[in-house]
Amino acid sequence: MTLLYFAWVREQIGRDAEEIVLPSDVRTVAALLEWLRSRGDGYARALEDLSVIRVAVNQEFATPDHAVGDGDEIALFPPVTGGAAS
Amino acid sequence: MIRVQKEDFDIGAEIEALTGGDDEIGAVASFVGITRADASEGPAITAMTLEHYPAMTERQLAAIEAEARERWDLTASLIVHRYGRLEPGERIVLVVTAASHRRAALDACAFLIDWLKTKAPFWKREETADGPRWVAARAADDQAAERWRGAS
Repeated sequence: MTLLYFAWVREQIGRDAEEIVLPSDVRTVAALLEWLRSRGDGYARALEDLSVIRVAVNQEFATPDHAVGDGDEIALFPPVTGGAAS
Repeated sequence: MIRVQKEDFDIGAEIEALTGGDDEIGAVASFVGITRADASEGPAITAMTLEHYPAMTERQLAAIEAEARERWDLTASLIVHRYGRLEPGERIVLVVTAASHRRAALDACAFLIDWLKTKAPFWKREETADGPRWVAARAADDQAAERWRGAS
């Protein structure tokens, strides 16, 4: 599985991408976030408040109960702030 | 049509390229987003950097555009979104919609910019005299997009 991190999630985790092998009991977005938190201080800090974390599975926004699997591209990022400042 | 690019764009040239020569078009609406210097709070912004997720940006913008074209009878549409470092006064985003009649063009243009702000994976990092900071999403943007649900 490919994990991608953007904006301050990337800064806190300290990398922009990584390849991981999922533990067999991690099958949803929610379980993935929980597992990632246990991987180190940067992960725990970045994922401390899940209300400001958005997840995309294969470039589509995904809810916590969305399934995840080994071939997926999963991105973690803050709520988006595109467009103008207005 | 969707374009995500680092370079600036020429509004007049973009509108001409999109709509020129099509005599079905009776109305063209456009929205241009500009980098502001004044922050909602704290010190003035000296520049900002827009980060994005390229593969997802293209998909989300194409999906938003497809939805607009389903809801309104448009002759042509264009979204150009910039990324990278921008200084106050620089253009960030352009939305152009063309239709036979003004209502479709104006409504579709407003719909596109409202949804783009909540769906397109861009993140703004502002540079200020106090150092850099990531811009937090605003509830007002979600509300602006939500008003299109069920309406048309």
